[in-house]
Amino acid sequence: MVGNISRRNMAALQTLARRCSTSIFKRHFSVSSPVAAQMTVRDALNTAMNEEMKRDESVFLLGEEVAEYDGAYKVSRGLWRKYGDKRVMDTPITEMGFAGIAVGAAMAGLKPICEFMTFNFSMQAIDQVINSAAKTFYMSAGKQTVPIVFRGPNGAAAGVAAQHSQCFAAWYGHCPGLKVVSPYSSEDAKGLLKSAIRDPNPVVCMENELMYGTAFEMSDEAMSEEFLVPIGKAKIEREGTHCTLVSHSKSVGLCLEAAQILEKENIFCEVINLRTIRPMDEETLINSVKKTNHLVTVEGGWPQFGVGAEIVAKVMESDAFDYLDSPVYRVTGADIPMPYAATLERATLPGTQDVVLTVKKSLHIQ
Amino acid sequence: MLSCAARLVRAQIQSKPTACWVVAARGYADIVDEATFTTNEYALHKLDEGPSQTVTVTRDDALKYYRQMQTIRRMETAAGNLYKSKVIRGFCHLYSGQEACAVGMEAALTPDDHVITAYRAHGWTYTRGVPPVNILAELTGRKTGCAKGKGGSMHMYGKNFYGGNGIVGAQVPLGAGIALALKYTGSNNVCVALYGDGAANQGQVFETYNMAKLWDLPVIFVCENNGYGMGTAVERASASTDYYTRGDYVPGIRADGMDVLAVREATRFAAEWCRSGKGPMLLEVATYRYHGHSMSDPGTTYRPREEIQEMRKTRDPITGLREKLISANIATAEEMKQIDLDVRAEIDKAVEQAKTDPELPVEEMYTDIFVDEPPFKVRGTNPFMYGMSK
Repeated sequence: MVGNISRRNMAALQTLARRCSTSIFKRHFSVSSPVAAQMTVRDALNTAMNEEMKRDESVFLLGEEVAEYDGAYKVSRGLWRKYGDKRVMDTPITEMGFAGIAVGAAMAGLKPICEFMTFNFSMQAIDQVINSAAKTFYMSAGKQTVPIVFRGPNGAAAGVAAQHSQCFAAWYGHCPGLKVVSPYSSEDAKGLLKSAIRDPNPVVCMENELMYGTAFEMSDEAMSEEFLVPIGKAKIEREGTHCTLVSHSKSVGLCLEAAQILEKENIFCEVINLRTIRPMDEETLINSVKKTNHLVTVEGGWPQFGVGAEIVAKVMESDAFDYLDSPVYRVTGADIPMPYAATLERATLPGTQDVVLTVKKSLHIQ
Repeated sequence: MLSCAARLVRAQIQSKPTACWVVAARGYADIVDEATFTTNEYALHKLDEGPSQTVTVTRDDALKYYRQMQTIRRMETAAGNLYKSKVIRGFCHLYSGQEACAVGMEAALTPDDHVITAYRAHGWTYTRGVPPVNILAELTGRKTGCAKGKGGSMHMYGKNFYGGNGIVGAQVPLGAGIALALKYTGSNNVCVALYGDGAANQGQVFETYNMAKLWDLPVIFVCENNGYGMGTAVERASASTDYYTRGDYVPGIRADGMDVLAVREATRFAAEWCRSGKGPMLLEVATYRYHGHSMSDPGTTYRPREEIQEMRKTRDPITGLREKLISANIATAEEMKQIDLDVRAEIDKAVEQAKTDPELPVEEMYTDIFVDEPPFKVRGTNPFMYGMSK
């Protein structure tokens, strides 16, 4: 992110200046200002799995190409070399079978991380996720737990066309008995995946392929082995007063960019990163709407029955409704299967101009 | 006229009748402590040797198996009656006729072994240790049911028993996963994953055979072949009805599922195989269900009544065991009659309780969604109604 790097350079320059001034003008104990650590989302996920596998013998990873290939997107790089065949297992290309095996292993007391190479392929196994994992604790009246994590990239990538670009947040978010998280930043990715692995319930962790290579600043706290991001709590990424933007995953970045553009026109948006799709943090949403009186939801998935649609319904039924000065608007992916051609693909996914336009409509500007 | 499977089960009789020897040398009229019998032949696939046809049973074990099978039979009959009087609703798939499978297999396993099956699960729930009253109360949806009435017929769980699964075939990969956990933790135990002749064609079953064999998982795949997948006879559903061979590279055995001692012996063989780290085994038990697929199915539109009657008359597992035990002098008709009466009394009492126990209070519908979770609001059927999940 451009903002992050320039802040980092600034910090480095400041340190250098301080050191120079220290040596030239006065005697001083040498102090260095902390330079924030940077970590890509990929490394954050890798670190999360590594730390949890080290901490708990019953945690293991299975999926296609997770071991010897180091992961189709290199998220599990190095783990097989470190932990071996027993704890990092390459599976055949049989999602329904290996997802079922993972669920069974969880029922018998292990803590599997079941990777879907992308969530598009999870459709082959969706019965095991919903009927065998999500519903079992309830059907057994609390006798049978399923401490499993299903993870993998979700939503659009680049140029992979219709069958490989679907966002499953709404599908999995629909189901009671499942927890569903959708990290945006490296801190989100590390903290949420660690929480998911430690959670004794079935958790779906939807990552984003295009974010894997993006570096984010990581606080000291975020770098520690005990760093957890609680499931079910949203994060206010940027405070504002005129309009609330709520989003998840890569679209959070879109909202932050749009907020920067709007700031130049003295429109200050509050950007909420949901972090968790189910259970959704209604309280943070409602408090924000009561403050700003305007709400725009932003997501990459399809509009009908989507995450934004659910947020609109929640707000309508809450006391935040009385605070709205405009209808809640949704910015979403276009209501079409994803085309391949670059121009068409770009037009299918929401961009900053969509968010800016919709915020202005909400605020009755121009 | 007879279906393929019925012919198969009947063919088991055409081979030599069960012979028996009196082992302990006492007076002819005295009751003996154990007896030996010969089972029908086993069919083998990719195995040089198989289970022994010579089976020995002690008096205590024999009476235990008799009692267990009779309990299942009585319990399922009671369930059928409760369904007809509308006290049980929804799905109810009865195990009557297949008792020797659950009882025989359980006889070769330990409570530390693991079992998972499909929806025809009441018999297995019982052999895995859940008392009949808690099974019947689950069927009638009461809070004393083994899942407090939240699961129903197809979702009963117990120690090392993972149900009771409603989606045909889904339990098979689950079973292999349980076996993976057993291997992972260095356990000596096995997992038995049961499915029917209908489920045997599911893709995920073949995916599971592959991974189980690849990873040498200690799982016994058991195909309870009762001749019909719902209303479709095996020869109308499967290009190959030799289910014990369908695992291809997984060695297989077919045993007579109406003979509790044959089932026990075959299971013992398979369990030893898996425990020794040789990987999975497939066991097909040729059995028969007297009732329809479920209580909504009379079971007579797709098979002749004469076939059902003949099975009851000539191949019944409980009658078969009774005759064996009497002819071998290992038990008397009187003491087995007493067992019948005891079982009937136990089940009658359980039925009464299943009819009169209360259901869960409505607020409980919001619980058991997540484990170890601080209480949270759960939405009800209108925006103004919430429950608390605790």
